[in-house]
Amino acid sequence: MNLPIFGVSEDPGPNFFKLLGSLDHGEPSFLKASQTLKNGLEQVQSSDVPHGTTIVAIRFDEGVLIAGDRRATAGNIIADRRIEKVYPADRYSAVGFAGSAGPAMEMVKLFQVQLEHYEKVEGVTLSLEGKANQLAQMIRANLPMAMQGLVVVPLFVGWDKESLKGRIFNYDVTGGRYEEVDYYAIGSGGREAQAYVKFAYRNQLSRQEVVRLSLRSLFEAAQEDSATGGPDFMRGIYPVVATVDENGYERVSEDQVAEISKEVVNEVAQGGPRQ
Amino acid sequence: MSMPYYVAPEQVMKDRADYARKGIARGRALLGTLYDQGVLICAENPSRSLHKISEIYDRIAFAGVGKYNEFDQLRVAGVRHADTKGYAYSRHDVDARSLANIYAQYLGQVFTHEMKPMEVEILVAELGPSISESQLYHILYDGTVVDETNYCVLGGDAEAVLGRFSTLFESSWSLEQAIKASVKALAGPDRGLLANDLEVAVLSQGNGRRTFRRISQEELKEIVTVTKE
Repeated sequence: MNLPIFGVSEDPGPNFFKLLGSLDHGEPSFLKASQTLKNGLEQVQSSDVPHGTTIVAIRFDEGVLIAGDRRATAGNIIADRRIEKVYPADRYSAVGFAGSAGPAMEMVKLFQVQLEHYEKVEGVTLSLEGKANQLAQMIRANLPMAMQGLVVVPLFVGWDKESLKGRIFNYDVTGGRYEEVDYYAIGSGGREAQAYVKFAYRNQLSRQEVVRLSLRSLFEAAQEDSATGGPDFMRGIYPVVATVDENGYERVSEDQVAEISKEVVNEVAQGGPRQ
Repeated sequence: MSMPYYVAPEQVMKDRADYARKGIARGRALLGTLYDQGVLICAENPSRSLHKISEIYDRIAFAGVGKYNEFDQLRVAGVRHADTKGYAYSRHDVDARSLANIYAQYLGQVFTHEMKPMEVEILVAELGPSISESQLYHILYDGTVVDETNYCVLGGDAEAVLGRFSTLFESSWSLEQAIKASVKALAGPDRGLLANDLEVAVLSQGNGRRTFRRISQEELKEIVTVTKE
């Protein structure tokens, strides 16, 4: 490896993807792979590839929460029981994904590096809008693969230091970026999760309340959607729940999630539906 | 037909070295030292935005003296090297030693082959798994690398600052003690330095994954005003 120094006209600036391109590492793998996959996917069905499922995001009084179940499925097979689909993007934002797990995890990794790279090269952090747009560009770059069935749809949340509130961004496969007001859910169980949140949501939820609401909504999603994993008390696998507020990203501890999951299940068992 | 003048290679090298040294000597000094929680880097720098000290990676910091545009170019190249390496392999595979080596290669190359040597001196610091395993690589304008133990001084008047600092240094001292001594050594007997003359940053254990942290002016004011008496 030699020192990556560029002439003034070729300098990639704070853009990590451009840097990878100009360093002959080639394009980010999920971009380059799209060409190969175009032919390859004739044989490989997209249902052979692990898919992640439900992610829910909810705003609360101090910030914003994001939570995701732990299951990945390939067709009717449970491909992974412990996959994590919610990650910190940087200190003040988080990202969760639904869709093809492989390209999605690669995209998250690249997104994390890009945000940190920008911060170090420029000496300042990107604005939340800037981060959201950056992610949109990455999804747009994944479009050829999405057309072949390897769709990646992220849900992005963060603390906006200018407006001093948590914000939620949702994307479509073409890189379209839509800001949501109070809550949103994606993935195969997203409709169920969102239906529950819509029913139970109110303004100014506390952190404690919003964690509970997210776990209940994921539980409801798991009840109706076979691709969404519920809390697994036997193996001790629980959803990943994280909040982002003015102090930054914080993952809710596994013990706490386990405890609240138990309460949620008991609550449902004691007077819930019998269907 | 005119013949080019013959200049002895010794003379060429000497001229280049003198040129680089002069450029570096014009700037203010910078000091790096270990303390009980990590690595401290302290520079005399009145600017709040044109940094001499920066973050390269999780446990690696960069500091430069001399010509700003030149060491900033090296800083950005270091960030690029570290980020691409960490992305291609793993975050654990990024280390200061290999970075110091490629800096040395580059500076050596420029020194011998280019018209003008770089008028910079840089420090690549890495926080080790334990403090005593931390590294301070001091790299000169001609590509010479020095693996310093405990502390090092770069820039103008470095000899005198080093002389003062070596009498003050104590191993595993606190951050506050280390900053006070650094400021004293940088200032010398005839003048005092205030918080806003300084740029201070640390690589510190307990900062999480990214160990680099700038010491804010407020924090610095409390430590440095006491020093002046």
